[in-house]
Amino acid sequence: MIGIIDYGMGNLFSVSKALERLDVPYKVGDRPEKISECDGYILPGVGAFPDAMKALGDHGFIPFIKEKVNEGVPIYGICLGMQLLFESSEEGGQTEGLGLFPGTIVKFPGVDENGSSYKVPHMGWNRLNIHQPDKGLLNEVGEDFVYFVHSFVVQTDHREILYATSDYHLEVPAIIGRGNLVASQFHPEKSGEPGMRLLENFCKVMVKQ
Amino acid sequence: MLSKRIIPCLDVKDGRVVKGIQFVDIRDAGDPVELAKVYDQQGADELVFLDISASHEGKKTMIDVVRSVASELAIPFTVGGGIRTLEDIKETLRNGADKVSLNSSAVQRPELITEGADYFGSQCIVVAIDARYDEDLKLWRVYTHGGRTPTDWEVTDWAQEAVRLGAGEILLTSMNKDGEKTGFDLPLLEAVQKVVSVPVIASGGAGSSEHFYEVFTEVDADAALAASIFHYKETSVMNVKSYLKERGVTVR
Repeated sequence: MIGIIDYGMGNLFSVSKALERLDVPYKVGDRPEKISECDGYILPGVGAFPDAMKALGDHGFIPFIKEKVNEGVPIYGICLGMQLLFESSEEGGQTEGLGLFPGTIVKFPGVDENGSSYKVPHMGWNRLNIHQPDKGLLNEVGEDFVYFVHSFVVQTDHREILYATSDYHLEVPAIIGRGNLVASQFHPEKSGEPGMRLLENFCKVMVKQ
Repeated sequence: MLSKRIIPCLDVKDGRVVKGIQFVDIRDAGDPVELAKVYDQQGADELVFLDISASHEGKKTMIDVVRSVASELAIPFTVGGGIRTLEDIKETLRNGADKVSLNSSAVQRPELITEGADYFGSQCIVVAIDARYDEDLKLWRVYTHGGRTPTDWEVTDWAQEAVRLGAGEILLTSMNKDGEKTGFDLPLLEAVQKVVSVPVIASGGAGSSEHFYEVFTEVDADAALAASIFHYKETSVMNVKSYLKERGVTVR
């Protein structure tokens, strides 16, 4: 059973339907006690980082997520749900995150090394560069295109957590992982076949049903 | 590097696709979900659904269409047509759409762009602009209400204002080119590309694969939208993409 963490800031509908298509049992809960016994969790997220951290706290999920990570329960953060797992973000002033991955979230500068400007958000289909193909999450996931839409990006010195990146004027961390905690900057449920395969790998390979 | 996006557009009235789409092997050619699936299989990068229902019931039906599309497809889609309030935006996005497209309502009440962007983020808010060239004044004028109502806005001014207010993307239709199948309106697109920092979707005028190549290489449009050439099988998304790929344009 997968628990979808509902703190009021995710596109839960599309994620839920994607799990239904994969025939994965799930439940959605807006308080930890409603989904405390699940085998794995999905942390979705759309919106602004400070609002999301506040909402996570209001719903009582901050200690819950940290506890589950300590216990080694698989968790998959999507989009903003991935960014929340890092130490902090500069979105809307400096805001503290969950600190479960080393690194911070910064805005795309919008200007490259040569001084020419580029468009922000990073929006559209971009190719994955896979760095750790042996990870279970990446079973049969190739250097495919996935759908990104974000203005803030992960900055980290810890290359060992980068399962895959993508190039958009800088190296964009696309799939992150350490142990049973994994995440993607893009929406797997909106990224065609490779995205669905990632979700399936998480739900059926990483999570023991 | 980002791939160039090809976006088929479907007009939906009272829950059915109109404009007579000619695909084979579809039992019910008016079903938006079935058609969306075909386009998905052909490699469409995104879809736009334009609700042209006039009635309140028709609008309600659109929400069912949104839910069905989001239930069955794993590609992003935009919904436009008749979205007038923040409540409309919320309802559309919560039922599974990834973006909403605002047109007349944004010109009438520009704060709607900001309200939507503040609530859901700019990436969810597309501002659709219909523009026609004014021969006397030598400028592109913005029209609303399906091209029936001229406004005082010049297109680059309105595009910049829309972005300043929070638009995350501009869907730019040339009324001069729309339906002509003689190619996209490159001067119009170039003028808007120069002044905005968000992705621009080219619309109006697609008649062949070559036209997509032109719009991607000559004005560096981020995406291109078309309706009839795909609906009437004059070409397919797949054909356009292989044409582009052969010529070195990055496509998915």
